[in-house]
Amino acid sequence: MRSRPVSVTGVRSETPTQCTIVLDWEPEAQPGQFVMVWIPGVDEVPMGFSSIGPSAAITVQRMGDATEALCALDPGDRVGVRGPLGKGFELLEGKRCLLVGGGNGVAPLVPLAEALVAKGCRVYTAVGARTREELLFIDRLAGIAGPAPEVATDDGSEGHHGFVSNLALRLMDEFRPDVVYTCGPELMMRKVADACWERSIPFQASLERYMKCGIGLCDACACGRYLVCRDGPVLTGEHLRGVPDFGSFKRGPSGVKVPFAAPDGGGSIGIGLGSED
Amino acid sequence: MDGPDISVDLCGVLMENPVMLASGVLGETGPSLLEALEGGAGAVVTKSIGPSPREGNPNPTVVTLGDSLLNAMGLPNPGMEAYAEELEWLRQGSEAPVLASVFGTSPDEYAEVAARLAPLVDGIELNLSCPHAKGLGAEMGGDPAMLEQVVRAVVDVTDLPVLAKLTPNTGDIGALASAAERGGASGLVAVNTLRGMAVDVEMAAPALANTYGGLSGDALRPVGVRCVHEIAGMTSLPVVGVGGISNHIHALEYIMAGATAVQVGTAIRTDGPRILGRIATDLRDWLADHDHSSLADVRGILVRGGHR
Ligand SMILES: Cc1cc2nc3c(=O)[nH]c(=O)nc-3n(C[C@H](O)[C@H](O)[C@H](O)COP(=O)(O)OP(=O)(O)OC[C@H]3O[C@@H](n4cnc5c(N)ncnc54)[C@H](O)[C@@H]3O)c2cc1C
Ligand SMILES: Cc1cc2nc3c(=O)[nH]c(=O)nc-3n(C[C@H](O)[C@H](O)[C@H](O)COP(=O)(O)O)c2cc1C
Ligand code: FES
Repeated sequence: MRSRPVSVTGVRSETPTQCTIVLDWEPEAQPGQFVMVWIPGVDEVPMGFSSIGPSAAITVQRMGDATEALCALDPGDRVGVRGPLGKGFELLEGKRCLLVGGGNGVAPLVPLAEALVAKGCRVYTAVGARTREELLFIDRLAGIAGPAPEVATDDGSEGHHGFVSNLALRLMDEFRPDVVYTCGPELMMRKVADACWERSIPFQASLERYMKCGIGLCDACACGRYLVCRDGPVLTGEHLRGVPDFGSFKRGPSGVKVPFAAPDGGGSIGIGLGSED
Repeated sequence: MDGPDISVDLCGVLMENPVMLASGVLGETGPSLLEALEGGAGAVVTKSIGPSPREGNPNPTVVTLGDSLLNAMGLPNPGMEAYAEELEWLRQGSEAPVLASVFGTSPDEYAEVAARLAPLVDGIELNLSCPHAKGLGAEMGGDPAMLEQVVRAVVDVTDLPVLAKLTPNTGDIGALASAAERGGASGLVAVNTLRGMAVDVEMAAPALANTYGGLSGDALRPVGVRCVHEIAGMTSLPVVGVGGISNHIHALEYIMAGATAVQVGTAIRTDGPRILGRIATDLRDWLADHDHSSLADVRGILVRGGHR
């Protein structure tokens, strides 16, 4: 499908480093799918949906040129959208679900939580950020039926002091979820994944890789034998078992391997792809 | 395997079937090459590899136009050293034929990359025709004298078959084919993408960040078939047909026009590389339905028949 122009109907600052852009667009999207967003003259970049429905929205973490340009948009401006693309989260019915989000990775978990509740699931959420100012969508999550979101901050300014992966491990043993859904920095997700594998809890993780074509042609988004744009971005624990890339390296725009940096021992609540190219 | 014989000897590269993965579509990593082989490809061609890592053009790098596509990837690749590791990984999991597609900015650079990758592959394909990386490809491959030099430089450093992939962005593809033959090529591949441009009128902007891109997919097929027919009639080298193939009928168009094998790129998009195996199976079934015992029965019939 070709990129088509849609109007921006609202731009909201969420945290000092994150903004939400509301679009005059009603895509037929599943939670976890993504869209290639084109800002002419700047870039075309992959973004997940933070709202699905009559006015879809994306929530953007400021990282560089494209994300700064997105947060600088005004209502009435237009962007190109190509999507929805990829495979989203698989929605289960009537299950006990634990959702673990780090940094901007919380964004796609909000429409997921809504959809799971609609399917009769009991939804527990664990949300992490570097500091309390950067905690995303606590209010939206609190508004969804179920227990209040559990919070972790790296600096201890709110909730559990430390990584959300550690909080998630505790909640796994407390709530005994049937399934875990996670999105965030890959080292965080890897910790959650290891814990799920140990406990034989199925999980689904939303991955990020450098994307160019978005339609399974160019191989830029390779993660082991999977193409994240085609087979993901959501991959299951079964997919990810034995994939050497997962939690270890991504690929830069040239295809070279770029290890995930673990400056503070891993699991830090970075955003985006977890390390720079 | 049962049924008509569709195996191919492409200038010494032995393939179980004539359907290959085209260069640049997947093929940047070992696992995607393996996926294409497991999907039934007779052989795979790597992404075009240069001497050092290259990020390619900024996004947007693709525009879909129905069953066709315009791309301006700009030859992204991890460079020959990192890529050698991908091929080493692949070689542990598969013995199926692999061609390395190489490019450079001079005949020496082509030769350097070809020599580095040769021990890991079964043949070399020269990307002489990439129309959208400034200063690369098109300039080299559009000029018969330069093309001949590049082919000769690579033939001098390897005993593997060297196939020259030709650009359709020329008024005289025959002159390019002859130049490749003079340079010592073992085979020809036709065609690479056709230079084009798409405009997003609402945005009043070129649809690609690079403005110009290369057209592939359905719209390219008549151009590719014509090019193969033209060069198959004038050289004794085997020709590989590529451009707009998404089923066995398309493949047969090329084969009747003189192609020994075919490559598939853009059509991977819909179903992934298992389409390669499906085209091969359907090709065998078609031959059986038409009482042919081998692909050789139909190969080049439009060339031999004097329809040129
Ligand atoms: C499936 C998917 C969903 C995503 N969803 C969101 C989201 O909902 N919100 C959000 O803020 N971010 C999301 N991202 C990440 C977002 O695409 C990048 O942060 C953005 O492209 C950065 O662009 P930039 O020019 O601002 O930064 P740059 O300075 O160009 O780069 C900063 C970082 O972003 C990465 N990046 C740049 N271009 C791309 C690209 N084309 N594809 C992937 N990564 C890229 C770089 O590798 C680098 O690590 C998602 C990525 C993927 C793959
Ligand atoms: C996304 C994309 C990337 C490509 N990259 C290369 C490349 O690196 N080297 C090359 O020789 N051809 C490249 N090509 C051209 C293809 O190999 C092929 O010649 C062309 O696409 C026509 O075949 P098709 O219609 O089946 O795609 C690329 C094509 C596409 C669509
Ligand atoms: S972005 Fe091109 S294959 Fe996924």
